[in-house]
Amino acid sequence: MTLISLAGVNKHFGDYHALRDIDLEIREGEFFSLLGPSGCGKTTLLRLIAGFEAPDIGTLHIDGRDMAGVGPNLRPTNMVFQSYAIFPHLTVAENVGFGLRRAQMDKPDRARAVDEALEMVGLAGYGIRAANALSGGQRQRVALARALILKPKVLLLDEPLSALDKKIREQMQVELMKLQREVGITFILVTHDQEEALVMSDRIAVMFEGGIGQLNDPETLYRRPASKRVAGFIGMMNFLNGRVTATGPEIAVEVAGLGRYRVPAEQAPGGVEEGPVTIGIRPETLSLLFEGERTDRMEVAGRVDEVVYYGDMTYYDVAVAGIDKPLTLSMKNRIGRPVLDVGSPTRVAWDERSLVLLGR
Amino acid sequence: MTGLRAYAIAYLVFLYAPIALLPLFAFNDADIIAFPLSGATTRWFAELTQSASLLNAARNSLIIAATTAVLSTVLGVCAARAASMADWPLKRPMMGLIMLPLVLPEIIVAVSLLVLVVQVFGLGLSNTTIIAAHTLICMPFSIAVLNGAFQNLDPALEEAALDLGETRLSAFRLVILPLVMPGIVSSLLIAFTISLDEFIIAFFLSGANPTMPVYIWGLLRFPGQLPVVMALGTILVALSIVLLIIAEIMRRRGLKRAGLKDRGGFL
Amino acid sequence: MARAALTAGGKRGLILVSPPFLYALLLLAVPLATILLFSFWTQDYLDIDTRFTLANYVEAFNDPLYMQLLRRSLLIAGAVTLVTVVLAFPIAYFVSFHVAPGRKSLWLFLITIPFWTSYLIRVFLWKVILGYNGVLNSGLTGLGLIDEPLSVILYNANAVVITLAHAFAPFAILPIFVALEKIDRSLLEASMDLGETRATTFLRVTLPLAMPGVVAAVLIVFIPTIGDYVTPRLVGGPDGLMIANMIQTQFLKLNNAPMGATLAVLAMLSVTAVSLLFIWLNRRWLRGPK
Repeated sequence: MTLISLAGVNKHFGDYHALRDIDLEIREGEFFSLLGPSGCGKTTLLRLIAGFEAPDIGTLHIDGRDMAGVGPNLRPTNMVFQSYAIFPHLTVAENVGFGLRRAQMDKPDRARAVDEALEMVGLAGYGIRAANALSGGQRQRVALARALILKPKVLLLDEPLSALDKKIREQMQVELMKLQREVGITFILVTHDQEEALVMSDRIAVMFEGGIGQLNDPETLYRRPASKRVAGFIGMMNFLNGRVTATGPEIAVEVAGLGRYRVPAEQAPGGVEEGPVTIGIRPETLSLLFEGERTDRMEVAGRVDEVVYYGDMTYYDVAVAGIDKPLTLSMKNRIGRPVLDVGSPTRVAWDERSLVLLGR
Repeated sequence: MTGLRAYAIAYLVFLYAPIALLPLFAFNDADIIAFPLSGATTRWFAELTQSASLLNAARNSLIIAATTAVLSTVLGVCAARAASMADWPLKRPMMGLIMLPLVLPEIIVAVSLLVLVVQVFGLGLSNTTIIAAHTLICMPFSIAVLNGAFQNLDPALEEAALDLGETRLSAFRLVILPLVMPGIVSSLLIAFTISLDEFIIAFFLSGANPTMPVYIWGLLRFPGQLPVVMALGTILVALSIVLLIIAEIMRRRGLKRAGLKDRGGFL
Repeated sequence: MARAALTAGGKRGLILVSPPFLYALLLLAVPLATILLFSFWTQDYLDIDTRFTLANYVEAFNDPLYMQLLRRSLLIAGAVTLVTVVLAFPIAYFVSFHVAPGRKSLWLFLITIPFWTSYLIRVFLWKVILGYNGVLNSGLTGLGLIDEPLSVILYNANAVVITLAHAFAPFAILPIFVALEKIDRSLLEASMDLGETRATTFLRVTLPLAMPGVVAAVLIVFIPTIGDYVTPRLVGGPDGLMIANMIQTQFLKLNNAPMGATLAVLAMLSVTAVSLLFIWLNRRWLRGPK
C-alpha cells in the first residue's frame, strides 16, 4: 500500500534546480533508499518529506494526507540527522524522551517508554549518561531511539552511517535492517554509498541532478541498469562500444571485439534504437581461463595489462584486440589458483547473457 | 623561546602597571598621589561612603548599566541568531551598520546623538539618552560574544526539536536557549561592564544626574579628592575583575556544554 | 549536500535582524546623517541658519588651528597604531605558538582584563606614572639612572602615545592572535621541509598569513584613536590636544554645533581616507586580504 506519494515535485534554491519533476510512491513498511552522488537532490527530497523544505510546485501526500502547510512538528515522520543532532545539554534519557513532552503520558509510563526504546537500540542502562560522553555509534543509536519512540509512520535517515568507522558501519547496516523488520515502519535512507543501499534496501531510487534515474529493487538495479550513468554509479562495469542492427523481442547487436549476437529485449532495460550503443559487462561475469582450462562459454584471447590483488579477490585488466579499453574482471582467489603476472597471454570466458545494452 | 617569554611577561607588567598602583595609593595615608608611600589607612574608603553625590552617581550608573545590559543582550540575541541563519539580501551591509560602533570613535557617536536629541528633537538629556547610546555601542560587543554561542550550534538541533513535535518557539526555549545561556550571561556582564565604565558618551549626554565616570572626571580636577578617586577606582576595578571572571567561567561552561574546544577570548 | 540559500530561513533571519538593525539605523545612521547635514549649516548666535553653505569647511581649511589639530590627531593616531601593533605582534605570536593550548585562554584573559577596568582612572594613573614627580621618574632617579626627572614623557604627544598604546593593546593583540591561530601548523613544517630556516619560514609563511590580522589590528586601533578625548586632556598638555578636544569645545563650550559637526565630519573623512589608503597599499604591496 502506498504510504508516501510525491507528484510533480520541483524545488529551486535561487538559480539551482534541486529537484526536477519528482513522481514517487513509497510503500508502507518498506526499506527505501535514495542513492546518488552529492548534490543530486536526495537530501533535499528527504527534508521535503520531513517538512523542512516545501516544494515550489507539486504535491506530497503522507498516509493520504496532503502535507502542504503542515510543519515538521505535525508530520508522522521522524528523522535521524546526519550529525545525529543529539541535544548536548540533556542526558541520554532526556534526549530519547524529548518528543514525549507533548504526549499525554504520566512519568512512569514515559520512563518505561524511554527504557524500552533504549533497549531496542542496545543501549539499556545508558539513560543517565551525559549525551556528550557517547561514542559515534552510541550517538547514532540514541538518535534512532529518539526518533522511533514516537512510533512514526516513516523514519527518515540522512546519511546515518557516514560518520562511522568501516567496521561499525557494516555492523550498523545489519542492525538497521533487523530493526526495520522488527518495528515494521517505513524507512527512507539517504546515502551516497551504493553498497550500503544494495545491502539494506527493498527498493532504491538512484538520483542524478535532481531527478530519479532509476527505481528498482537492488538486484534489478545491479543486473539491469537502465542507463550508462546508473550502471557506472552502482558497482563496476566494463563499457564496450557496439551497434544495434535490429530491434524487437530479440535485439541484434554487434559488440566491438566480441562479434555479433542476438539477445532478448530484457537485456536492454532502458530500451535501445538501431545504431550505436554502449554495452555493459560486469567484471564478475567474466573469468580468466587458466592454462588447459576449458569452458562451454565463449572465449576471447587477450593479454594481462594490470593485476590488483585484494586478498579474497584478484582484479585483472585484460587487453583484448578490437576493444579500446582493457576489460576488467574479478576472480575469486582459491587454493591452487595462481595469480597471473602482467604481460601474460590469457583467455577470457564470457557469456552473451551478461551483456547489458545501454541506450544513450 | 625564553626571550619571547620574557618579553611577554614584561608586556604584562606594562599592561598591569597602572592598575597595580591603584590600591597602593588608595590605602596610602597621604593627600598627594606620589611616592614614597606614607603608611596605610582606610580613611579614603570611609570618605567614599559619606558622599551623597557619589552614591547618587553610583546608583545612576548601576541603573544605566543594568538597563543597557538587558537591552543590548536582547538586541544582540536577535542579531546573532539572525546572522547564524541563512543569508538574506543586504545581510552584510545591515550587519556592518550594526557592528559599526565597534570601530567608530565614541566622540562621533556622542556628538551625533547630542545633535539629534537636543537640536533636532529639542528633548532634554537624561539617563534615557545615555541608555540609548550605551545600548548602541554595547550591542556589537554582545553580538560578538553571542555569535560564538550561536554559530557553534548545529542547525540540525533545532530541526531535530521541530521533528520531534516542538514549535519554533518551544524549540528555542527547550534547545537553543539553554545552549546559548552562558553566552547570554557573558553578554549581560560585558555590556554591564562597558556601560559602567563608559565616559565620553555619558559626558556629552548626561543631564543633571552624572554617571560614575562623569563624577570621577569632576573629581580629577581637585587634587585634594584624588585619594578618594583612587579608593573608588580600586573598588571599581575589583568589581570589574569579578564580573569578568564570572563572564569567562560562563563562556567556558558554554563551550563545554556544547562539547566544543576552547578557542580563546571574548572577542 | 545541496542546502543552498534557504529562502524561508533567510526570511526568518531578516525578521530577526530588523529590531537591532532599525535600532542602529535610528540611533546611528540617522544621527550621523544629521551631523553631515549640520556641517552644511551655520550657527547664527542662538539659532541655526539652515541655508546650505560650505562656509564651515572653508573656515576649517583656512584656520591653522583646526588643520594643525587634525594633522596632529592623524600623526598621533598613526604613531599609536604603529607602536601598539609592533608591541602587540610578538605577544600574539607568543600566545599562539608558544603557549600550551590549555593555557591560551588564560593568557588572553590576562591580556584583556586591564582593558575592561576603569578607563578614566587608568589614563589618570599614567599621569601619575609619567609625571615630573611620578613613579617612573622617582624610580629612575632613585636608581641613579638619571639626575633630573625626565620632562619629555608628560604633557606632550609622547605621553598620549604611551597611554593610548596601553589602552588599545588588547584590540591589537586579539585580531593578530586569531589570524595566527588559523595558520595550519603543517604549512610551517612544509616550509622547513622545503629548505627554509625558522626565520625565513616566519617571513615567507607566517607573516603573510598573519597579515589579515595585522590589517584588522591597525584599523581597529587607528580609527577610534583619532577620536580620543580623555587621554589628550589628561596627559597631553597643550601640545598633545587632538581634534576630539576641539569638537567637544565647539559643542559644549562655544555652542557652535555646525562647526563641531564639520570638524567631526572632517575627522571621519580623514580617518576613512587614511584607512582606505592603508588597505590599498596593503593589497598592492603585501598581497593582503581582499
